[in-house]
Formats: sequence, structure tokens, C-alpha cells
Amino acid sequence: MYTQALNTAEADDRSLEDAARAAQFEARIDAEERIEPNDWMPAAYRKTLTRQISQHAHSEIVGMLPEGNWITRAPTLRRKAALLAKVQDECGHGLYLYAAAETLGTSREELIDAMLAGKAKYSSIFNYPTLTWADIGTIGWLVDGAAIMNQIPLCRCSYGPYARAMIRVCKEESFHQRQGYEIMLTLCRGSDEQKAMGQDALNRWWWPVLMMFGPPDATSQHSDTSTKWKIKRFSNDELRQKFVDATVPQAQYLGLTIPDPGMIQDDDGHWRYSEIDWTEFKQVLAGNGPCNRDRIAARRKAHDEGAWVREAAAAYAAKRAHRRTARAAE
Amino acid sequence: MSVANIQVAETPLVLYALRRADDALILGHRLSEWCGHAPMLEEDMALSNIALDLIGQARELYSYAAKAEGKDNDEDKLAYLRDIRQYRNLLLVEQPNGDFAQTLVRQFFYSAFADLYWRAMMTSRDTTLAAIAAKSEKESAYHLRHASEWIIRLGDGTNESHSRAQAAIDHLWAFTGEMFAVDEGERALIHADILVDPASLRGRWLTTLSDVLSEATLELPQNNWMQQGGRAGSHSEHLGHLLSELQSMQRTFPGQTW
Repeated sequence: MYTQALNTAEADDRSLEDAARAAQFEARIDAEERIEPNDWMPAAYRKTLTRQISQHAHSEIVGMLPEGNWITRAPTLRRKAALLAKVQDECGHGLYLYAAAETLGTSREELIDAMLAGKAKYSSIFNYPTLTWADIGTIGWLVDGAAIMNQIPLCRCSYGPYARAMIRVCKEESFHQRQGYEIMLTLCRGSDEQKAMGQDALNRWWWPVLMMFGPPDATSQHSDTSTKWKIKRFSNDELRQKFVDATVPQAQYLGLTIPDPGMIQDDDGHWRYSEIDWTEFKQVLAGNGPCNRDRIAARRKAHDEGAWVREAAAAYAAKRAHRRTARAAE
Repeated sequence: MSVANIQVAETPLVLYALRRADDALILGHRLSEWCGHAPMLEEDMALSNIALDLIGQARELYSYAAKAEGKDNDEDKLAYLRDIRQYRNLLLVEQPNGDFAQTLVRQFFYSAFADLYWRAMMTSRDTTLAAIAAKSEKESAYHLRHASEWIIRLGDGTNESHSRAQAAIDHLWAFTGEMFAVDEGERALIHADILVDPASLRGRWLTTLSDVLSEATLELPQNNWMQQGGRAGSHSEHLGHLLSELQSMQRTFPGQTW
């Protein structure tokens, strides 16, 4: 679904590497060429991308949990099928992204182990609970909407496999976003009770969604290298503002109130939002969000309880290969 | 607005469509419980995919049941506003997921039947049912292949996977007999060439089972006692919990549009 604004600073390892190749690499980046898996790249570029793509993949997989929470309770068969398909898409995004990360030389197993061990991050938004059906609409509308805002520029990311993955992912996210908005529209045109459910969900998700874009530019120290390498194209605050400007009219159309009494539209047409509570963001990142423990526990449970299945598949594949070799030798 | 259960005029054709729709919905629902919790991402995908196929089949069959009944019921009323005694699915499909072996053995028993059944139903004189069968057959063939491959992997994998798979077979076997039973209403539809007699498929079903199980080094139980009751609304205790979850929104907020 979405990757947290992933700003990373890596030690500059170029001193250890061939200066000429580094210069050539930089020139290719400047010329907007795509870097491919077999191309030479600085170690820090590889490391930054491995971390960013794998965090994105983890977010897709952990992101299955809050929405998966409603698959068995979706209110109609049509909604049930659409939600299941959506969560399945997210799993597909995760697989696709793990494959993109693997092209940089780290296996899916290692990446997943790091997530389960709490060493790798995923988007903080998935540490909030889905309490009502309106949360499913709101996640599609806002969380996927924010994800699209972040991911469209990634379609032009300098690393080829990631950029191509993002093109496909963005198409599906756009569909999810419209689906979520359509759920909201149905609620807002429904009974008072349904509309109140929609408003309550917006109240709970609005601020966490704004936090998805990462810390404000003034305090964000890590964007420089990612920007230089054309992994990141816009700053956190730029993307956040774009998102807010796009979302306010959508909320107005729904007849919902954005839970920010201080919000005003400036002369340029931008909607200026109030101060974000960054303490909450830091707490959630530190593991203290409402669902951090549940999310990791659920992923670990699936992983641990599935171990015997993965072992069986590996044992069977080995037996089969052995039999084939034995037959060939006869 | 009402929370009451709907009443369905269960003519033999309506009852038939409901039974098959309930099979597909309940099994699809069970499989969807895995989404986000499977042993590997590929299986999160595959089990969700199969669930989606089955929910799709259920929707077509419910819509057909509603049309055949000719009252103002629709797919959602049929799915969300009947209680446990009105549900007509096989006991097999309502059995809990258990471990991965139990889920896959349940799927294998069901898909090995559904694959044959829908293929045979493609010649039904009822054109809607024949069309539903044609679509379901393609899906069921894939479901059967997926399940068979896993039965073989689990049976011939490790000692642990072998014993889990065998335990699942032993546990679920008694729920398979119901697939081949018909009542008088269905018997009449069979005579009218609208339905096929599932009993006529049992031999081929057993052949599929024995082919796969022998490759998997697994065995069918000797015990031939079969549980019955799902088709008449006499279920296991498990179904009530599934329905209370499935129907919770429609029961809590009756009569609203979602």
C-alpha cells in the first residue's frame, strides 16, 4: 500500500570505490537514465534502496492486517469480494516489491526476518485500528490517496525495478482509492448513523494520514542523498500539501468536516493545516501506537505457524530433485 | 427495516441453488480467513484467489435462487438474513480452517468433487445453471490442481507434514458422504435433466483421491461412517459463529445500503 517517507543517510563509501565508475554513475543519474540490477552502483545507493523498497514491501504486508480485519464482516457480498481482492492486491504489491529488493542482493527471507525481529520499519499508519466499516472506506480514500501521492514520483525513481514496480502498483492503488471513496460516498448518502460513522472515521484517520508523509522538511535531515540520486523527487511537506489540497474538496463533496478547525485556504488556493502532533508520530514509530504489538504479533504468528509448511515444501522439492537426478543417472 | 430472518419459498430449484450457493459462500469465507495469515505470501494470494472465485460463484447462485423464487429477495438478503437453520451448505465446508493441512484437505475433498460436478452440470437443460457450471468448472479445475499439489507436498514432505495431512484426512473424511446425497426434490430435477446425479460421480471422485493420495503416500480411512445434516440445516456448532461474524453488519444496522 504505502511506504513511509523514507529518508536515509548513508555513509559515503565512494572513497572505497572506483572514482571513475562513481562519476559515471552520477552522470547517468543526472541524465535521467535508469540504473538496472547488474549495473555498478555505490554501496550506499544499494543500501538505501534495499531499505526503502523492503520497508515498502513490509508496509504492504502489514497493511493487509487492518483491512483484513473486515473481510469476514464486510456488509454485502459485493463489498466482501472487493475488499478481499484489494487486500490480495496488497499482498501482490508486497511480493513484487520483495522481488525488486532482491535484485539488489538481499533475499526475501532475510528482509522478512528483519521485519519480524523489529529491525525493519513499515508505515506507521498501519498501527492504527480499523474499528468500523467506515474505516475501510477511509483507508481506501485517504491512506491509499496519500500512498498514490508518494508513489507517483517513485515511478520515475532512478532504480529501474523499483520504478517499474511502482507503475503497476500505482494503477492498482488508484483503483483502491476510488473504491474507498465510493464506500464513503455510500455512507454519506445513507442514514444519519452511517454518515456519523464516516465522520468518526475521518476524525480518527486524518492526522495519522498527514503523518504518513514523514517529518516536516525543517527537521528532516536525510533527504539530500535520496534527492540527489533521484530516488526522492519531492520533499515531505510538498507532498503533504499536495495531498491536503486534493483532499479538502473531496471531503466537502462528501459533506464531511476535516477535524482541523484552524484550517484555512490561503490566497494561492492552498489549504493550510494546523500543526501536526509529532509527539504522537514519534511514539508510534517507537512502537507505542495502538496496534504496533498486535501487528508484529500477527505476522510472527503466521510466520511461525507456517514454518512446518515451508519446510515440507522445501523437503518435497529436494526429494523430487533427488529422484530426478537418480532417474537421469539410470 | 427489520432484523428478522427472511423467509424463502424453497421450491426444489430454489433449494438446490441455495445449497450450492451456501457451499461456495461458506467455503469462500473460510478461505478468506487466511488472508494476511498464511504460511507464505504466495498462499495468501492463492487462498484469497480461490475464496474470490467461490464468493463469485455464490453470488451467481444466490441471484439465480432469488430469481427462481420470484419474491423480493436478493443475493445479500439470502446471504445475510437467513439463520443457521436456514443455511443449506455441506458440513464439510463449514469445518474450521485448523492448520494448513486441514484447510487444504478440506479443499481437496471439495474441489475434487466440484471439478467433476460442474463439468457434468454444463449439459444441464437449465441454461443459467449450465452457464454457471461452465464458469465454475474452469475455476474448480484450478482449485483442484492447487490443492492436489499441496496434498502431495505435505504428504511426501516431512514427517510432520505427513502426519498433519493424514490427521486432516482422518478428521474430515466423515463429512464427504453428504456431497453425493440427494433428496426427493433434487431427484425430480435429475430426472428432468436439470441436475446431474452426484452419486454418479463418486467413482471418478474416488479415483482422483486415490491417485493424488498414493503419490502423497497418504491413505483414506477405513471408517465409512458419514455425517449428514447440512443440506437440511442441521449443522455443526462451528457455522453459527461464522454466520454471526459474516452477518454482523446487516444484523446491527438493518435495512441500510452499503
